[in-house]
Amino acid sequence: MIKRIAWIGVALLSSHAMADTPADFMARYAQQAGVAVSALSPTRGEALYRGEHPGREGKPVSCTSCHTANPKGTGKTRVGKPIEPLAPAANPQRFTDAAQVEKWFRRNCTDVLQRECTPQEKGDFIAWLQQLK
Amino acid sequence: MNYVLRGIGVLAAVGSFSLLAFTLPSGGEARGDSGGDDRMPRLTHTAWQQECASCHLAYSPALLPKASWQRVMGGLDRHFGENASLDPVTQADILRFLEANAADSGTSRMGDKVMQRMDTNAAPLRITETRWFVKKHDEVPRATWTRKSVGSAANCAACHRQAEQGMFNEHDVRIPK
Repeated sequence: MIKRIAWIGVALLSSHAMADTPADFMARYAQQAGVAVSALSPTRGEALYRGEHPGREGKPVSCTSCHTANPKGTGKTRVGKPIEPLAPAANPQRFTDAAQVEKWFRRNCTDVLQRECTPQEKGDFIAWLQQLK
Repeated sequence: MNYVLRGIGVLAAVGSFSLLAFTLPSGGEARGDSGGDDRMPRLTHTAWQQECASCHLAYSPALLPKASWQRVMGGLDRHFGENASLDPVTQADILRFLEANAADSGTSRMGDKVMQRMDTNAAPLRITETRWFVKKHDEVPRATWTRKSVGSAANCAACHRQAEQGMFNEHDVRIPK
């Protein structure tokens, strides 16, 4: 009994103490996609970032519409509020919180692609961003 | 000279007092710090501030009636052309806060002013569509809103430099070129 409680305690502590890293997300998305982490492609990730798509209001949209062509720079929301850089090299907070990561993939993929992103796409995307220096 | 010094003293005293009144949490009085003509009621709510303010200023709940907030929060997946959807728990939490402090909740002077000009049963989606907002900004030419430096009327802080702090004093307004 005591052992079990101790285990629960350890599990709780570690889930709080250990923040996720970009590599953790890459591993998770690769697993969900059923591929090896080495099969994630920074090239495809960059293409996803820069690709233009017809937006909801007829205007072409891409990730760069808000995040700009440089993911290490500061972006801007449609109402003018600054967006912290996406690339971990410029903003170490990126890809450290699963709830945040999933929330923004869900919102932004549906805005840009009119559908959710696949695990493979999410993995490629982070693979590209995390290798930027 | 003496008068000038005294004037500065009085100004400084009044200034620091009003600053204090805004920074200190409100006491027992229900409407003691519920906003006035040029400042929003002082409110804190973690999810409201974190979620709403990730894209825009956390607009005061006192600027729209409950029915408006219900419409806004019911359509977050198509929020003015963007997907701003939330998990159901956070969404319900924020809606409760917005309803409790809405213009028609009777909790703020700011809300009373907004409601004075609101049609019964009106539920506008945009703060900028309320008669209160339109009246307040009737001297601002139409072209000003679409300047690149402003973007749109949703960008309060473009001209109201202390909007993030809930301060909307007319004398602090600087309209960018």
